[in-house]
Amino acid sequence: MEKKQSSLLKRSLPLIIFSVLVVLLAVGLTLNPREVPSALIGKPAPEFELPLLMRDGTFSNKDLLGQVTLVNVWASWCFACRQEHDVVKYLSRKGVRVIGLNYKDEADDAKNWLAKLGNPYQAIAADRDGRSAIDWGVYGAPETFLIDKAGIIRHKVIGPLSDEEKYKALMDVYEQLEK
Amino acid sequence: MPMSKVIIFLSFFIVTTAATSAPIETFKFESAEAEKSFHKLSDELRCLVCQNQNIAESNADLAKDLRLEIYTMLIDGQSESEIVDFMVQRYGDYVLYRPPFKPVTWLLWFGPVIVFLLGLVFAVRYLKTQDKDEQDEHLSNEEVERIKNLHAERD
Repeated sequence: MEKKQSSLLKRSLPLIIFSVLVVLLAVGLTLNPREVPSALIGKPAPEFELPLLMRDGTFSNKDLLGQVTLVNVWASWCFACRQEHDVVKYLSRKGVRVIGLNYKDEADDAKNWLAKLGNPYQAIAADRDGRSAIDWGVYGAPETFLIDKAGIIRHKVIGPLSDEEKYKALMDVYEQLEK
Repeated sequence: MPMSKVIIFLSFFIVTTAATSAPIETFKFESAEAEKSFHKLSDELRCLVCQNQNIAESNADLAKDLRLEIYTMLIDGQSESEIVDFMVQRYGDYVLYRPPFKPVTWLLWFGPVIVFLLGLVFAVRYLKTQDKDEQDEHLSNEEVERIKNLHAERD
């Protein structure tokens, strides 16, 4: 009797191993290697001081303090930024403080883009050469950072906010911070 | 083939090789050592935009910026490890083609060895059972005697 059981186990072992492999591979397929977890979560926003796009003056990391803020990295040349723009506008209308980081863009192109599609940003810092974006660990627009009142990065969204899952994950953290 | 056609045909090769070669920029270094560091670093760091290329080979805009960044840091006299730290702080361990050795990556480093050892254990156990089966098939002394007798009868 015992022997029978153990041989049954032995016979089904390849099947078990195969099933485990299938599950592992299936999970692997759903992962997106493009979404590299940010190394900056839980760390203070990097220091920067950049010229404003729409008016004179500069914007620095100190200007992020005091309010929960979204920093949205965008550019007029970025197609996915256009996709998510309505969501950014919606958030801004809802009273979320959204700061733009205009990434490697021409000032005129960026202004035209906003004139056409609407400007949801309370302020836009212009990172012409993308040097600040390197400090933010940006590797492609759009990217959105959630900063708490103390200036700590709490969440990062890679890719357009129009993705429902990403939007929800972001808003979950946002609501916790606003409490 | 007329000569003009040959030239047109050959010109395709010129175009395609130019398109596939690695990006060329002219960075001037004061020492051969700095230049060596530059190539080593840009070879070992991953370009995050086109993830299966390193910073040295990638034509992506970000890779270009990061090459410049590495160059400026080297000119500033920063060490290789300082530059690697700089990249890891911003982009995470993922930028390293050679993953660091720490608890999160233990499975990555030891995984192959563990799988190999497991395989070894299974193989040894399997071979042992094979041995046993053979022994089971061995003839008893009585049977051996009978065979010998049969042979003797035939001879």
